[in-house]
Amino acid sequence: MEINIRVNGRAVREQIEPDLLLIDFLRAHGCLSVKRGCETSNCGLCTVFLDDKPILSCSMLAARADGHSVTTLEGLQEEASDFVGFIADQGADQCGFCNPGFVMNTIALLRENPDPTDDDIRAFLAGNLCRCSGYEGQLRGIRNYLNQREERRNGQEV
Amino acid sequence: MLTIQNYVRAQSLQQAYDLNQKKSSRILGGMMWLKMQNNTVNTAIDLCDLGLGAIEETAETFSIGAMVTLRQLETHPGLNAYTRGAMARAVESIVGVQFRNMATVGGSIFGRFGFSDVMTIFLAMDTQVELFGAGKIPLEQFAEMPQDRDLLVRLIVKKRPGRFVYQSMRNTRTDLPVLTCAAAELDGAHRVVIGARPARAMVLRDEEGLLRESIDLSSAHTFAVWVAGHTPTGSNVRGSAAYRTRLARVLTERALLELGEPQQGGSEDGD
Amino acid sequence: MDRKYKVVGQPCRKKDSMQLLLGKPVYTSDVVPGGALVVRLLRSPHANAMVKSVDVSLARKVPGVVDVYTWQDVPATRFAIAGQTYPEPSPYDRLILDRHVRFVGDPVAIIAAENDKAARRAMRLVKVEYEVLPAVTDPHAALDNPVLVHPEEDWEPPCPVGGDNKRNLVASGEEKDGDVEAVLADCDMVLDRTYHTRAFQQAMMETFRTYTTLDRYGRLHVISSTQIVFHCRRILSRALGIPKSRIRVEKPRIGGGFGAKQTAVCEVYPAFVTLKTGRPAQLIYTREESQIAGSPRHEMEIRVRLGADRDGHIRALDVYTLSNSGAYGEHGPTTVGLSGHKSIPLYTGGLEAFRFGYDVVYTNLQPAGAYRGYGATQGIFAVESTVNELAERLGMDPTVIRERNMVREGMVMPAYYNEPVNACALDRCMARCKELFDWDRRYPVREMGNGKVRTAGVAMAMQGSCISNVDVGSATLKLSEDGTYNLILGAADMGTGCDTILAQMVAECMDCTVDSVAVFGADTDISPYDSGSYASSTTYVTGKAVEKACDQLKEKICEIAAGMLSCEPGELTFEGACVRRAGTGQSVSLTDIAYKSQAGNCIAAETTATHSSPCSPPPYMVGMVEIELDRYTGQVTVLDYVAVVDCGTPINPALARVQTEGGLVQGIGMTLSENVTYNAAGRPIESSFLQYKIPTRLDMGHLRVEFESSYEPTGPFGAKSIGEIVINTPAPAIAHAIYRATGVWHRSLPITPEEIAMDTPLDSEA
Repeated sequence: MEINIRVNGRAVREQIEPDLLLIDFLRAHGCLSVKRGCETSNCGLCTVFLDDKPILSCSMLAARADGHSVTTLEGLQEEASDFVGFIADQGADQCGFCNPGFVMNTIALLRENPDPTDDDIRAFLAGNLCRCSGYEGQLRGIRNYLNQREERRNGQEV
Repeated sequence: MLTIQNYVRAQSLQQAYDLNQKKSSRILGGMMWLKMQNNTVNTAIDLCDLGLGAIEETAETFSIGAMVTLRQLETHPGLNAYTRGAMARAVESIVGVQFRNMATVGGSIFGRFGFSDVMTIFLAMDTQVELFGAGKIPLEQFAEMPQDRDLLVRLIVKKRPGRFVYQSMRNTRTDLPVLTCAAAELDGAHRVVIGARPARAMVLRDEEGLLRESIDLSSAHTFAVWVAGHTPTGSNVRGSAAYRTRLARVLTERALLELGEPQQGGSEDGD
Repeated sequence: MDRKYKVVGQPCRKKDSMQLLLGKPVYTSDVVPGGALVVRLLRSPHANAMVKSVDVSLARKVPGVVDVYTWQDVPATRFAIAGQTYPEPSPYDRLILDRHVRFVGDPVAIIAAENDKAARRAMRLVKVEYEVLPAVTDPHAALDNPVLVHPEEDWEPPCPVGGDNKRNLVASGEEKDGDVEAVLADCDMVLDRTYHTRAFQQAMMETFRTYTTLDRYGRLHVISSTQIVFHCRRILSRALGIPKSRIRVEKPRIGGGFGAKQTAVCEVYPAFVTLKTGRPAQLIYTREESQIAGSPRHEMEIRVRLGADRDGHIRALDVYTLSNSGAYGEHGPTTVGLSGHKSIPLYTGGLEAFRFGYDVVYTNLQPAGAYRGYGATQGIFAVESTVNELAERLGMDPTVIRERNMVREGMVMPAYYNEPVNACALDRCMARCKELFDWDRRYPVREMGNGKVRTAGVAMAMQGSCISNVDVGSATLKLSEDGTYNLILGAADMGTGCDTILAQMVAECMDCTVDSVAVFGADTDISPYDSGSYASSTTYVTGKAVEKACDQLKEKICEIAAGMLSCEPGELTFEGACVRRAGTGQSVSLTDIAYKSQAGNCIAAETTATHSSPCSPPPYMVGMVEIELDRYTGQVTVLDYVAVVDCGTPINPALARVQTEGGLVQGIGMTLSENVTYNAAGRPIESSFLQYKIPTRLDMGHLRVEFESSYEPTGPFGAKSIGEIVINTPAPAIAHAIYRATGVWHRSLPITPEEIAMDTPLDSEA
């Protein structure tokens, strides 16, 4: 069957098998940031945006994304580079395999809730597993980013 | 691994219903559970073009389309105002935001999964299921029916003077529940729903009027013991029958006490 | 420590962090070209069976299937897949495919296909007839059971470790100091307790995966997610029967390892396919395969007999460990050792005698391997729990009883190869941890209402910093023409940041920035020999090699500069950006020296240094946990975890902190939620992340980590290790807190809410 998907702003038209999963479609189109960590929709590594909502690309048929736009970390390099340095400063990137999904979902969180509490952050990111960092460094990184953004904002107001 | 031969976006409920009459067809919900199965589906039927992805609120009802996601339930202001947040509490522990952005209310309810938080909370409310073939029937009746080839269109929740509380026990915070418990007061009558027994959720009403006078420590305890005694439980990897029976009592008691709390600002005294 | 460094001891970003955080394609399945054959393994559904016949004719006919291989197609030489220095302590007990399948998940056939769909279709069409044999799945019943997991005559232990395949025995041994029975008999009290830990999974986010191809010389080029490139090359050479010169093993970035990838779990299969077909091949394990046919922690049962006097003086420890190696012996003989060697010495303080005995048995269950902590985790859970119980029995504060008995700097540890304690801040760790945690306030049991109580628990831990006299670390350092350096390593950064901390050491020694040090690792064709990243050894052993390489390179640089300044090298000092001649003040810049090294020069501006250590100085730590326990549901909520660690000098405190935090959360997972159970057929039930519940960020509370540094004279810049020790305290500390809250000691992991609840009767049953 034929599908038309906007991948990171670029229109892609392709013949696909009906059971092709979105993750495999995306990886085949060079979006190698999208990772598979499980087969049971539990790990969050494969998080991408479908029309700006974070979803699990491992549990979505490519066919269902027909007519929609999909964004992966490849398409959000600028928005991501704003805050990932704060994660790097904590050393919380570690093995990095969960990072793309984590970064994507953090961007989704901050778009929806620009000033989250620590509990908001934990709750929103609960579906993003990480086995290396123990999560605390990720939280510190996000918090430092938010604090810095706040300072920058206040600085501009003065 | 899931194999799908054909994918069809139905253009009418009738078309979806007709396609679904073949045994090898499947209606796609969020696909979260379907994807995990080793299964060959001849025709996968997607309802996404049928406008079933919205929650419509009127003065009397909520109409919840089958394709509404769990995340929509979680964040819908009207639904959460009506349930005092119990709706959000019922779904917020399900895996993660991304999962809840995909899993649908139709998939959860039609699947009649034993572990379903969604089934538990909707059973606590006065919920009707609208099926394309069978029409409108009470969810309580639907919950006990075997799976058939009908098509779930929407849930209809009638607004009634009521209060709702949701509790669950999970071995980790986002795991499937070991037991779910929703308590409700609807038009002055009390009911408790116990799910993840691990069989399908069941409704227990205050048949003996144990809560008629008031909900206090003593009546909540008595009713909780009664509920635990009338809830068949079983064992699976998440817990034994005996543990679930214990949880049925503990969660019911806690849910009832929470239900009995004044609506604004609880007592600070603790227990 | 008063020593001041410029770069060492400072946090800096991991060299690969922006690549990782921005999702660049740096992992095995990202870097390999498309078009590789998809390799899938058909696995045994039986725990113990002989393959009577395999019919692959239908499977071969599936369009896209290239070939299907069975036991008849593979070499007959037995090998071990444990990544260990030769001769390996692990027995040679495997074939690529064996007619005798020994656990549910043991491979029966290798399928090579053009795509995944064809491979999976073919898997369903391979017809296997099994002679199902009785299986031994209970480690207690394994020794001398008539059912033999390895009855074969060509079973071969490369090292004498006390094993005997005709007894289901992988290894056995005993060591002691003093007369433990006599001291126990003389003690005021003896606690005799038995503990159990399961075959917990590393659950790194990137599953096992390997890509193989033939390079332009026709050699086997292996790109794999591995911690052990050199061992992997040796393992493949033996398994495939080809010389090492025909094999190149390389690792790109690794999506986590934790020891799982210290075993060549999946490399042989695609390698075999590539040799057979001449085509590139890739095998990516599913999560389910990683869970049922991976390389988890050894299940252990540990009996502790602890003798003490009423004043809390711990006088004797007798530890016996029964370890379940599963169907193959990888790491069996070695992990068990740490259950005693890394637990008993914590109480060197007043210990008069000890004995440590062990048996490691084969069973028809998933084979175990290396997992962070490597046996120490299990032993420390047992010994630390027993000490906590002693404290509670005596009514003593468990921190005080430890202060009375703990190992201290200057002692010699009889239970740790008589190694002297050169550097130990365990006492300071305890003092600081108590203060930071506010122990005196949080240790008492506090009723919170509604059946909830809060209280705390404590544990200490140690580990090693390498395998003494065995591990080899190497570093090659090259000067580039702009005065920057290339550091080439054989150690494997699996996300821990060792590439970065080793570059920090170069920057410290060569007086340059971390940015001027480019790091490469690891590739058997390019890297100097390194045993690999395991046994907590990279900072300590490879770090020392880096230090040596820097010293050597400085000498060479001075030699080249001496030619340029027409003087003797001895007159010159290396000053980072230049080399200066004492007395005259003449200098040449590093850049000029580097350019000179490329024109009319006979002195290599590069060097390789190698290091091995005769000792393995332990890092130490103290962990304290506060929990809230719900007596009605049994739910344990970790509120706060405080850890104070002595890893010598933390080379990069940010990375050391995250190592600690990550280890703590893994430890919390194995204590409370990660379970390993089997169905009647012997298949692990927790075969997915749906069932195997590693902690989410809602399950771990708040973590606080500090360092109390000691200075280890044999380590680089005083460093010891950090990677493994950090997983060891949560189990005993949390079990302790659960006892405080419930009055019940749980001695088997995980401690689930159900187990806690069902031991606490509801006050007024109806």
